[in-house]
Amino acid sequence: MDFTHDDEQQALGEAVRGLLARSYADFENRRRTVADEPGFDEKTWARLAEMGVLGLPFAEEYGGMGAGPVEVGVVAQELGRVLAPEPFLASVVLAGGVVAAAGTAQQKAAVLGDLASGASVLAFAHAEPGARWVPSAAGVTAAESADGWTLSGVKEPVPHGARADLLVVSAAVPGSGTGLFLVSPGATGLARDGYRTFDGGRAARVAFDATPAVPLGEAGTDRTSTVAGVLDGARIAACNEALGAMEVALSTTSGYLKTRKQFGVPLSTFQSLTFRAADMYVSLEMARSVTLWATMVLAAASDGGPDENREVADAASRAALQVSRAGRHIGQEAVQLHGGIAMTAEYSVGSYTSHLTALDHLLGDGGFHLARLAAAVGGHGEVDPLP
Amino acid sequence: MQLELSAEDAAFRDEMRAFFTTEVPEDIRDAVAGRRELTKEQVVRSQRTLNAAGIAVPHWPVEWGGRDWSALRRHIWHEEMQRACVPPPLAFNASMVGPVIATFGNREQKERFLAKTANLDIWWSQGFSEPDAGSDLASLRTTAVRDGDHYVINGQKTWTTLGQHGDWIFCLVRTDPTVKKQAGISFLLVDMTSPGVTVRPIELIDGGHEVNEVWFSDVRVPAENLVGEENKGWDYAKFLLGNERVGVAPVGATKRVLAQAKEWARSVPTGEGTTLLDDPLTAARVAELENQLLALELTALRVVANSADGKPHPASSVLKLRGTELQQAVSELVLDLAGPDSLASGAGDSSALADWARRSAPVYLNLRKASIYGGSNEVQRQIIARTILGL
Repeated sequence: MDFTHDDEQQALGEAVRGLLARSYADFENRRRTVADEPGFDEKTWARLAEMGVLGLPFAEEYGGMGAGPVEVGVVAQELGRVLAPEPFLASVVLAGGVVAAAGTAQQKAAVLGDLASGASVLAFAHAEPGARWVPSAAGVTAAESADGWTLSGVKEPVPHGARADLLVVSAAVPGSGTGLFLVSPGATGLARDGYRTFDGGRAARVAFDATPAVPLGEAGTDRTSTVAGVLDGARIAACNEALGAMEVALSTTSGYLKTRKQFGVPLSTFQSLTFRAADMYVSLEMARSVTLWATMVLAAASDGGPDENREVADAASRAALQVSRAGRHIGQEAVQLHGGIAMTAEYSVGSYTSHLTALDHLLGDGGFHLARLAAAVGGHGEVDPLP
Repeated sequence: MQLELSAEDAAFRDEMRAFFTTEVPEDIRDAVAGRRELTKEQVVRSQRTLNAAGIAVPHWPVEWGGRDWSALRRHIWHEEMQRACVPPPLAFNASMVGPVIATFGNREQKERFLAKTANLDIWWSQGFSEPDAGSDLASLRTTAVRDGDHYVINGQKTWTTLGQHGDWIFCLVRTDPTVKKQAGISFLLVDMTSPGVTVRPIELIDGGHEVNEVWFSDVRVPAENLVGEENKGWDYAKFLLGNERVGVAPVGATKRVLAQAKEWARSVPTGEGTTLLDDPLTAARVAELENQLLALELTALRVVANSADGKPHPASSVLKLRGTELQQAVSELVLDLAGPDSLASGAGDSSALADWARRSAPVYLNLRKASIYGGSNEVQRQIIARTILGL
């Protein structure tokens, strides 16, 4: 048993940290970047592609690096540390993950190759109005005619859905559950309305009106379990990203307590504040433990195929619940212990709170995951984390 | 990163599991499972069973019965013990005075005390806290004045857990009142049958007799019972308290009680064919506690799996804090599961109500102590804020 990263994984983390520092060491740059379209820095995206980060989890035959969930977690932590707005989670982990799990060899070579090289940004259009973090589709439906497949209906919110060069779309297929499709940005009947999310991210309403679509992989297969598996993997990656953000939110807060003076003394002389910072550290370390563990559970299960896996689903929910609780605790306290300065967009720490809030609601919040776990609570005695 | 235990460590876990579940007498394990207080005889018999197998004091030096196990193996040993409802070796002997004597004592003291301490032939009590020296332990006032080849002790110790069973007591005493308070303290071993030692029970909020006051009135202690150097006792106490914090997060035992709690919830009917475990609020509370305990267990594993260089892992300070909070939270859950039945704590064998429910309130009340002893949780927060966050 070993909870530490090996030399190569550490080197990857340091390399990504160095790359991101070029863009975001100064928080003002991050602020400027998210104020402009497309909401991230295309140059940074291209540098990540050069480093191989955009193809990290994909097989080498498809232009990827053949790395696993641990490496994805390392990168996600670094992105979280500086609130990098580049769509690694949305494009590589989610959309790319779906293509890797369901695409034909030809599709994987073309789509993942372009994603890895930086030529193409993908988005996964899955969330639908009225649905809460389910792995199936209902609001967008697929129909087959002599000319091929078309999609109709609305997806929202779709992370980076307006900027994407290719959409990966889930849709209800009459008689065969949820299918997966590729839709080109120029397809007829496609309407995309992009907007800013509260944390500086990007999302869109994506509407389909008899829009031509290409089935991803074999048509007519129910892909609900595939989507569930990808969502669980992405949840674990999101926990890693949140971990990086929480780490910096806490260090920023303790740094501020040491330097900010009131009543003629540093804030760190007030025990009512330092005790609360200590509790933030406890939350951080508990969240780190479960996140690292869930990442290892995912890595161990990744050999078993892309579909939903009971152990991974359980681990993803456990990590997501822990990180949801910790993210709220650390995010809220970071603002409170700073005081008014943290309410401003100019100062960094409030943006960490904001992004942690967004991550919490992207793929299922604490309440959602607690309900999943509570439903299964009578089915086991003790929770045993070791295989 | 690697989740699995190595084959050797997995085999070790199986070996421990087999030993604890088959070799330790069932009456003792039943009492622990039923959350009943153990008799002195049961505590002694249990520890001697472990000691006979050479696993009562694995963290001691090999020369004195230790096993030179990795931190991970010590953790596995401790977890499997709790999981099997085996009471851990008496902390005052195994975790506190034993390591102090083994590290700072002289040859005569080691030969005289260590084997008997490991085998619980001597039952040790702890003489640290005083009425005016709790978290601020260094302000203790019990004095020891050198008189020829004896020390003469006067003063009062308190919160002496199970002192009613004690044969010997290890004490922090003030030997130099003229210097900085930490610099005038010594570590003395006192035979509790010495004239002038008086043990008085303190009744606690759970109705039990677990702790005592110990009074010293002109108690004469041979100077050879001084451990290490005079006025260096504070260093030894810090060493002892550092050891205490490591084993003080009872992960395995709390997990076991939570698993039992689910069975207890399942035994409480709430309607036609439903039980308390089907109640969504109860299920959510259990699930949240399971997750918090998982986080604690994994943090403990991180600490032991990656502390090979002997330096304490920074996260270790959260174990006592969170471990005791969760121990308390689970006892509170069990109390709530018992509901009105919890009031029957004084009922005898004729009671129509379940044992676990009748024990739930005393256990809940008793465990309020957990966030106070071993360095109160506020002291732990202070340590985290100062040494980790640099505040």
